[in-house]
Amino acid sequence: MSVKVRIPTPLQRLTQGKEEVEGTTGKIIDLVNALDKKYPGIAERISENGKIRRFVNIYLNDEDIRFLSGEETVVKDGDEVSIVPAIAGGCR
Amino acid sequence: MGFIRGLKCRECGREYPVDPIYVCEFCFGPLEVAYDYKSIAKAINRKKIEGREKNLWRYRELLPIDGEPQVGLDSGFTPLLKADNLAKILGVDELYIKDDTVVHPTLSFKDRVVSIALTKAREFGFETVACASTGNLAHSVSAHGARAGFSRFIFIPASLEASKITASLVYEPNLIAVDGNYDEVNRLCSEIANKYRWAFVNINIRPFYAEGSKTLGFEIIEQLGWKAPDNIVVPCASGSLLTKVWKSFKEFKDVGIIKTLDTKVFAAQASGCSPITTAVKEGTDIIRPVRPNTIAKSLAIGNPADGFYATQVVKETGGYAEDVPDQEIINAMKLLARTEGVFAETAGGVTLASAKKLIETGRIKRDESTVICVTGNGLKTQEALHGHTMSPHYIKPNLASFEEVLEKIKKGL
Repeated sequence: MSVKVRIPTPLQRLTQGKEEVEGTTGKIIDLVNALDKKYPGIAERISENGKIRRFVNIYLNDEDIRFLSGEETVVKDGDEVSIVPAIAGGCR
Repeated sequence: MGFIRGLKCRECGREYPVDPIYVCEFCFGPLEVAYDYKSIAKAINRKKIEGREKNLWRYRELLPIDGEPQVGLDSGFTPLLKADNLAKILGVDELYIKDDTVVHPTLSFKDRVVSIALTKAREFGFETVACASTGNLAHSVSAHGARAGFSRFIFIPASLEASKITASLVYEPNLIAVDGNYDEVNRLCSEIANKYRWAFVNINIRPFYAEGSKTLGFEIIEQLGWKAPDNIVVPCASGSLLTKVWKSFKEFKDVGIIKTLDTKVFAAQASGCSPITTAVKEGTDIIRPVRPNTIAKSLAIGNPADGFYATQVVKETGGYAEDVPDQEIINAMKLLARTEGVFAETAGGVTLASAKKLIETGRIKRDESTVICVTGNGLKTQEALHGHTMSPHYIKPNLASFEEVLEKIKKGL
């Protein structure tokens, strides 16, 4: 068992083209910082001063972490994390 | 002659050249047009504006174009009605309706944003314009695009009502009916926008398109005799209009057109789709997406792109937000028609009903001036009133039959 992290296309340049990478258990924000050790530069694209950027959505098993415990949301073994940029625009 | 400095990310402040792009490559935040306000302040003044044609381009220094206006030369400068009959009923001293039920050529405020978007599309050298829409935007891109000579692709959900489809088809665009809901249409359009070199007005042209909403605010200030109102009530779908109306007020102050600005900005939504007003009422910055269920279809965006910024404007100005159920929307549409002779679409009912609630709860003070923004025409959404209007008096084609009915009317039967 492990944590699956899905990487959006615009950030795959930082993960050597990988769509899916391995993540760590524990708080989401720690997972993001741990990713940065393996894939330098990815943390600052996703977060700023320990906060997830407003136009980046992170889902833990399909639930937006804003409706869980935000950056403090705890990831367990076997969980799936998706990082999805919210694309501004497209509105009537 | 343009005064644009470039595009700037609203979130991280990174700057970009003037291109058909809309998302910050770094942090995914929305891009916004940045202007050289110092030069604008020298180039624009009340007299200069007053001397120009009565259309939305009279404020051109504050709009994101480089050359001459090319589309929408008859759009904008709609009436600001002093609504004394309505004011009496609502119990306020000074009330105005900004009447965008009559914007040329397709009777909604979308004609403003599309005027700017298509002018910009031409400056960028596009030959095809496109949009994803279920109503007003589709009509406006179809019509403006026809006159300006663009090839047009309009994407709609296939399940749309026949009357709305006809109102686009008459302008003979390429109408693409997608087997999916509005969100799916939108997602598809983002992919198409990446692949084809087309001007999607509400995607890759969005930073420029959205600036067109400011003309509504500029006009209100000019029509009030160069002053801002105490209160303004704005309907919210994506939240962009509210954000841009406030931006227009601030810009007029920044470039010296008005000296003081103390307006409170209020957001209005339908209770069946109220992610923005709910966030304001709960005092949070987090917009929780909803699945829309309301007759106010033109406002039915469950995941509003500018929702966060709209809540910030409300907070910054000391305004508030209110939402109303469908029955109150219908009642307000009828009230506006009965008192001021304006037939608004459902979104207008939302704004008036919300304003009424804000007055009754004391959020809007009765002795202050208030502007209610009505942004689309009721003739487009007549089905919303079916079963809710009066019935005709049916008579035979003779005088006796008429006088029989007249007696009844006089007695109030």
